[in-house]
Amino acid sequence: MQYQSQAVAKPYFIAAIGLFAGQVLFGLIMGLQYVIGDFLFPAIPFNVARMVHTNLLIVWLLFGFMGAAYYLIPEEAETELFSPRLALLMFWVFLAAGALTIVGYLAVPYAALAKMTFNDLWPTMGREFLEQPLLTKLGIVVVALVFLFNISMTVLKGRKTSISLVLLMGLWGLAIFFLFSFYNPSNLVLDKYFWWWTVHLWVEGVWELILGALLAFVLIKVTGVDREIIEKWLYLIIAMTLITGIVGTGHHYFWIGTPEYWQWFGSVFSALEPIPFFMMTVFAFNMVNRRRREHPNRAATLWALGTGVMSFLGAGVWGFLHTLAPVNFYTHGTQITSAHGHMSFYGAYVMVVLTMISYAMPMMRGRAANSDKAQVMEMWSFWLMTVSMVFITLFLTAAGILQVWLQRVSTTPLGFMAAQDQVTLFYWLREISGLVFLVGLVLYITHFFVGGESRKAA
Amino acid sequence: MSQAFTKSMARNIFFGGTVFFFLLLVALTVDTMQVLPKRDHRENITPAVERGKMVWEKNNCIGCHTLLGEGAYFAPELGNVYQRRGGEFIKVWMQAMPTKAPGRRQMPQFNLTPQELDDLVAFLKWTGEINTAKWPPNIEG
Repeated sequence: MQYQSQAVAKPYFIAAIGLFAGQVLFGLIMGLQYVIGDFLFPAIPFNVARMVHTNLLIVWLLFGFMGAAYYLIPEEAETELFSPRLALLMFWVFLAAGALTIVGYLAVPYAALAKMTFNDLWPTMGREFLEQPLLTKLGIVVVALVFLFNISMTVLKGRKTSISLVLLMGLWGLAIFFLFSFYNPSNLVLDKYFWWWTVHLWVEGVWELILGALLAFVLIKVTGVDREIIEKWLYLIIAMTLITGIVGTGHHYFWIGTPEYWQWFGSVFSALEPIPFFMMTVFAFNMVNRRRREHPNRAATLWALGTGVMSFLGAGVWGFLHTLAPVNFYTHGTQITSAHGHMSFYGAYVMVVLTMISYAMPMMRGRAANSDKAQVMEMWSFWLMTVSMVFITLFLTAAGILQVWLQRVSTTPLGFMAAQDQVTLFYWLREISGLVFLVGLVLYITHFFVGGESRKAA
Repeated sequence: MSQAFTKSMARNIFFGGTVFFFLLLVALTVDTMQVLPKRDHRENITPAVERGKMVWEKNNCIGCHTLLGEGAYFAPELGNVYQRRGGEFIKVWMQAMPTKAPGRRQMPQFNLTPQELDDLVAFLKWTGEINTAKWPPNIEG
């Protein structure tokens, strides 16, 4: 660690991992509810578990992004963070807001929570992924603005690199597009149309800038390849991301009341969306192959390579699988969507945050890399989580294909629940894969506590 | 990558491409906004439909169901439930929940007032009349 203030990233990473564990736990609860329908009912109905599962994901990834930025920006800018105290203060504000929101979801019925938080005054709740009460949403905006102020000021007073610039653009974009979550017209079509300006332009837009910047930073560090080359790749990748991804928003505008021409725009542009992910894979492997140093943190290199491959598979391949309008006509809103969602979020955003944590955490603990013993355990956790996520995705895809066939293609279509009953086997297999994922996660958390002889910080 | 292709060229492609395609999205959005009234039939959004959307949101229905294919995949699509089941069925169904059938997926009892039930049905009826380019493929959703 080159600058003292980089250490503020540590609590952010710890909170991220803690919330990640919570997310996985609720995922397992939901997975079981798919096969044992009344499991934990009425204490935790499915909709509550799902809200907790997805909201924890978003919040822990935000913690991860913020921690990553606090670590990365001082090192790139070659100066101490503008205000480490502000960063710590915002950590506690964000953690408290997040925890209170989750407690609210679990403790009272959602309608009661909406009433308690004056949702009637400015209704924004009850929309997928944006279920947070208005106060929480405002809290997110405040935390994001203070965070952006802090890191922007740091960059302004220090060295300005392409990586910092791309990261800043991604993070500012994240805050700006979140503002669409405050727009909730009574016309459902308009609501959905601009809901995607938060959701799609986040995950298939500005978040990919963050992803690219973090990956580029770690690759410079672990491979020692010339910054000019890595930053050239970074610009090309994010250029392709936004060239394809912005109009690629159209793949959400096929069946929600929007005009038919979106079927063309959405299909063509989103069919190109795998390209930047493929470039990312080639980039990661290329840089590692051309490495000019042997960094002792092999686990971080593994995570970086894994991010390239898994984001290409999850976001690229599984996205393409159902993005063409004639295919999507049948697959829209089925387990295929769920399969894609799982592997893309894991492959792109979970893995890039874990890459960053894997690289930065040993540094913050005063060593270049963990002991071999700890690294081997971390690599086991990498494989267990990654392979089980592949299987979760495959089983959900199988369930989805059957669901589409039984409910939508067959000449004698079954009703929703009748079709669900036919695919139970795959839901069981998904749940078992989920348990393996949990084992991987336990190993991941354990590796932080494994001692052994570690290498000194360079 | 060839040395002739420099970082600043890559950066220009990024900024140029981003601005161009964002403007394209804005242009398409402007056009969509012109066309939408004919497709969403907003003249039929009565106060009951508006209140019904609030009922839908306040009870987090999207946490289990899809609506026009978006939401959770635990319970049936409701964009066309009015056409599939009719308004009366929806109301009776919601009042009968949960079924408490062992091992089966359960829908909570939301204790909606008769007014809220009517509003919700109005919202679902209006939703079912949106021109969705013939989606879903059949009545089962």
